[in-house]
Amino acid sequence: MTEVTELSRPTGEALDTKEVLLNLGPQHPSTHGVLRLVLELDGEYVARVDPHIGYLHRGTEKLAESFTYTQIFPLTDRLDYLCPPSNNLAFALAVEKLLGIEAPIRAQYIRVLMAELARISGHLLITGALPMDLGAMTALVYAMREREMIMDLLEMISGARMHTSFCRVGGVREDLPDGFFPKIREFCDIFPNRIRDYERLVENNRVFLKRTQGIGVISAEDGIDLGLSGPNLRASGVDWDIRRDEPYEIYDRLAFNVITRDEGDCYARWRCRVEEMRESVRIIEQCLDQMPEGPFQIDMPTIAFPVDKDRVHCSMEALIQHFDLSAYGFKVPKGEVYSAIEAPKGELGFYIISDGSQKPFRMKVRAPSFVNLQGLFGVSNARYLADMIAVLGSLDPVMAEVDK
Amino acid sequence: MSGEAPLIPATIAERFSGGIDDLGFAHGVHAFAAPSGMIVDLCRFLKENTTLRFDFLSDICGVDHYPDTPRYEAVYHLYSLANKWRIRIKCGLGDPPRVPSVTGVWRTANWHEREAWDMYGIRFEGHPDLRRIYMWEGFEGFPQRKDFPLRGYKDTLNPFGAEGPPPTQPDLATKDIP
Repeated sequence: MTEVTELSRPTGEALDTKEVLLNLGPQHPSTHGVLRLVLELDGEYVARVDPHIGYLHRGTEKLAESFTYTQIFPLTDRLDYLCPPSNNLAFALAVEKLLGIEAPIRAQYIRVLMAELARISGHLLITGALPMDLGAMTALVYAMREREMIMDLLEMISGARMHTSFCRVGGVREDLPDGFFPKIREFCDIFPNRIRDYERLVENNRVFLKRTQGIGVISAEDGIDLGLSGPNLRASGVDWDIRRDEPYEIYDRLAFNVITRDEGDCYARWRCRVEEMRESVRIIEQCLDQMPEGPFQIDMPTIAFPVDKDRVHCSMEALIQHFDLSAYGFKVPKGEVYSAIEAPKGELGFYIISDGSQKPFRMKVRAPSFVNLQGLFGVSNARYLADMIAVLGSLDPVMAEVDK
Repeated sequence: MSGEAPLIPATIAERFSGGIDDLGFAHGVHAFAAPSGMIVDLCRFLKENTTLRFDFLSDICGVDHYPDTPRYEAVYHLYSLANKWRIRIKCGLGDPPRVPSVTGVWRTANWHEREAWDMYGIRFEGHPDLRRIYMWEGFEGFPQRKDFPLRGYKDTLNPFGAEGPPPTQPDLATKDIP
């Protein structure tokens, strides 16, 4: 096995031990899904780590080359399955840039609102899962309760709880349903108090603090060098958020703080996400206040189905366009685009090369979890096997996204 | 996305007189074409230049332009955390594709290059650990190449695959590099 990372052995008396190879995963409950870590152990100290991934590889990029642009949305859902609306948004933005169009303002608000709901949903999982990895089960149960509320909201909007596929090129599939606003306002009222509850559950838990504070420190230089992004990098003190620095959609109209921490340890990464959920609630509230009336889809019958079905029923041209769009999809001008958004896990980028046909010539997904998992090589002081669990949990990889 | 920064092509042209082609600015990204021999120098320059400071490697992507030539391409996406600029470096590669590794410039290149090797068979010379990353050890062929069938090749485990043996590439070992 090649040498991946060398972790210094703590000083002090040590018995002579033989190095042991340990397979952690792919089905070990403390790893997140189908990840296999080959650990070289020196006693209880981890000498090297070699992650083996690919157990969930579905060939999304290859499949996308044989799908029309609209058909690709369900594929993007299945990347980071904790927050499909973000993935949909990232892909839609990339295609819209190639087409040179923009979604109507109301649609942009709906997309941002859903993306922020997804961010909360994704962050809730790690809020509960990291303490669970370290033995404190309770937080996860509570986090799942709130996640259920988000699932209900997403179901209300799209009809699907997990794989929403709600974005379309040029807008969203439908307008928000009746009775949605009171529901989400209720959520926005309840949720900040619930965040306080998680903090009270976990913050004073000495075992959790001992196992995360000062453990698995990644410096800012190492984080940038290893390509970390999102909360993982912000926890190391790098003030970078694509929502603020390269605003897409209507993020430039919203006020929110970019949460950073300086410690760079497991606790800071967990803490960053908890704080970000508060900011997401603020963003959602602003979206609700600012959201204008108007169309939810672009008025271009060659790209989006007309909202007014009478047009299809009464006009021959509209009927032909409708048929053409459903049977063959729309053509995207020749060119290439790289478009990145701030997904819950970090920089989610879509690089699309179009050859002018209805299907992408090449679609590359810059999956944040894939890159973030390399953070395992950047930790400076995770010495014990038990620390690896904390580090892995705090990096928050979603294996579906790692393996694409 | 940030606007166009004319400083980028000017600085690159000043350091690398000729050799690097400016492909223009589109959709928030300034694109350049570089020959494979210059890729490491260019990346190191872009990272260490105090004005440009492209310190973040977003992505490395393999592309197969079959049946056009040059058939392969390695595409690098760089980001400057300080200036909020993005650039793309495109590097056309022959067949078999070989390009020097940039793992010496950014450690994050490690897995990106392993992925491009796994999917396209692009050999990154100087990579410390060029193994397959998604496909299993002993897998034959490079699945994302355009001449690789979508459903793979027919065998006992894959009755719906395409007929015919996988293309052999005598020049390139498709097995893992030890």
